Amino acid sequence: MWPAGRWPKNMFKLENVSKVFKVGTFGGKELVAVDRVSFEIADGEIIALIGESGSGKTTIGKMILRLIDISSGSILYRGKDISGVKNDKLREYYRNVQGVFQDPFSSINPIFKADRIFETVHEEFFKKVPQAEWDEKVHQTLLRVGLNPEHILNKYPHQLSGGQLQRFLIARALLLDIDFLVADEVISMLDASTRIDVLNLLGELRELGLSILFITHDLSLGYYISDRSVILYKGRIAEMGETQKIFNHPLHPYTQMLLESVPQIDKAWEEEAILIEDGGEGVAGGCVYYDRCLNPDKDQKCLHQPPELVEVEPDHFVSCWHI
Amino acid sequence: MSLSVENLTVYYQTLQGQVRALEDASFNLADGEIMGLAGESGCGKTTLGFSLIYLTERMRYIKGKVRLNGQEVPVWDNKKMDKYRYEDISIIPQYAMSAMNPTKKIGKMVRDLIKGRGMKFEEIESEFLRRIKLTKLSEDILKMYPIELSGGMKQRMVMVISTLLNPELLIADEITSALDVSTQKAIAEMLVEFRDRQFLNSMIVITHDISILSQIADSIMVMYAGQLSEKGPKEKIINAPLHPYTKLLISSLPKIGIKIEEEKLSGIPGKPPLLLNPPVGCRFRDRCPVSFEKCKEVPPFVRVDEDHYVACWKVAEEHV
Repeated sequence: MWPAGRWPKNMFKLENVSKVFKVGTFGGKELVAVDRVSFEIADGEIIALIGESGSGKTTIGKMILRLIDISSGSILYRGKDISGVKNDKLREYYRNVQGVFQDPFSSINPIFKADRIFETVHEEFFKKVPQAEWDEKVHQTLLRVGLNPEHILNKYPHQLSGGQLQRFLIARALLLDIDFLVADEVISMLDASTRIDVLNLLGELRELGLSILFITHDLSLGYYISDRSVILYKGRIAEMGETQKIFNHPLHPYTQMLLESVPQIDKAWEEEAILIEDGGEGVAGGCVYYDRCLNPDKDQKCLHQPPELVEVEPDHFVSCWHI
Repeated sequence: MSLSVENLTVYYQTLQGQVRALEDASFNLADGEIMGLAGESGCGKTTLGFSLIYLTERMRYIKGKVRLNGQEVPVWDNKKMDKYRYEDISIIPQYAMSAMNPTKKIGKMVRDLIKGRGMKFEEIESEFLRRIKLTKLSEDILKMYPIELSGGMKQRMVMVISTLLNPELLIADEITSALDVSTQKAIAEMLVEFRDRQFLNSMIVITHDISILSQIADSIMVMYAGQLSEKGPKEKIINAPLHPYTKLLISSLPKIGIKIEEEKLSGIPGKPPLLLNPPVGCRFRDRCPVSFEKCKEVPPFVRVDEDHYVACWKVAEEHV
């Protein structure tokens, strides 16, 4: 689908990745959480993965992190399929690819001092590094994420604020010399006065060559930080491409509705009816957005034939029959 | 005047001592006013909401007066407050949508609730059904269990239930925060519609999300570490805030159209003080870029313009 050679040095390549969960009492029903999703991530790039609850955004992050298996398709990291990777190879993979999640407090064992997570990394990945050298590395990494080691080390998780803890977890990931970070709603639990600092930190890390999959439901945060965006709806990509193009010139009815609904302090909401019904299961075989779509032109084709992503301008892809 | 609060002070009793979560709050709410109450986690906004209707086990009323339509409300007495709850002052607490009894059908739950207030459900049944339709829910919902509803449906149901007796004051605590943006917009607009249809008189909308308030509130009040910082008309708070904290808070919000490469926003250095032993004077002092000697005294919450109040010595100095 991608023209060859447009993004050199591609780090990740997702090809028709799907995830089907068995649901129901005896696993008799199937829920398609992610449906044939393809996109690529280049070096030193922040991709915003934007969607509402149930869009499959977290599932994609988890598949990249190998926390859950993919049902079909493939995920290539630097040209190698990650799905069968085991033992030492997997350990090697986690040296390069790490994740940070929404709730920093539930990511850390409250019984132990917070900095124990750094020692765990030491024992697990860098056994040969002498303690003094390791301590110095931890020190430097904490400074890098904007924390003062003296204020942070030797404390229990509850003694740290959410923003500090979230940076703490980013520092843990950085200790592994990673080049890719899955950041799943990392700032949605933080207060306005601290969230922007964590967001800026991600921006600084990009300058150093780190790629980030920034999973969020918040469009203004996505716009602020990302180079490219992927808009997901019910497991399907509705629209993707260069962030500025998508936000300034949204083409998919879903993206348009999202952008209109986001409360912005400098712009009043337009008076337009929004269908808030969750739309049920969607229509089998057709466009997943059919039920909620407000486009007056929607027709039988939308109902029966799923639209494919088409490139409407360079690096701007939309999956809608009516554009 | 719908609501008037004077020097309301409420602490939490803990083993370590008293947590001074709400200090000397004084403000008014006009008839029909939707006031947004904003601030970071732990600033006391939920405490303020609760202290107007129900003191939880560890909350201690210290002092202050609350008047509703000119009549004093005994907020310090949980028993006496029972008369006011739901009928005069109603609250949608945080996570209310997950707090519905999972073993009762919605219809039965509402019936029991009304009976519990010593009223007959039949008397208000038609109005109840009318409002359900108005919020675009179907009547079938009454035969459903809470688990069968989506987040947006639950939140609408909670709104209908909590305003069924046309309260004078509704306190809505973070009712849009766990919802998707499209649902969030619909719920927020419904709040305004409820006010317009006079299902309630005035409303306090508690949220950490100022951008929601910019859409639906008439006025915004900002709190910091248990103290009121600023209250004013929405446009003033967003476009021309006066308190240094409000200024920094508003400027730290990303908007669509701002990219990090073009305009790097910054947060507020430092963190809020612990309220177990808060600093004397202005509690924002340590993080404030313009603090001076005088800030060691508590700044009064003074009127600087029509309906615009600020608690800051620097601002007071400039407006004398």
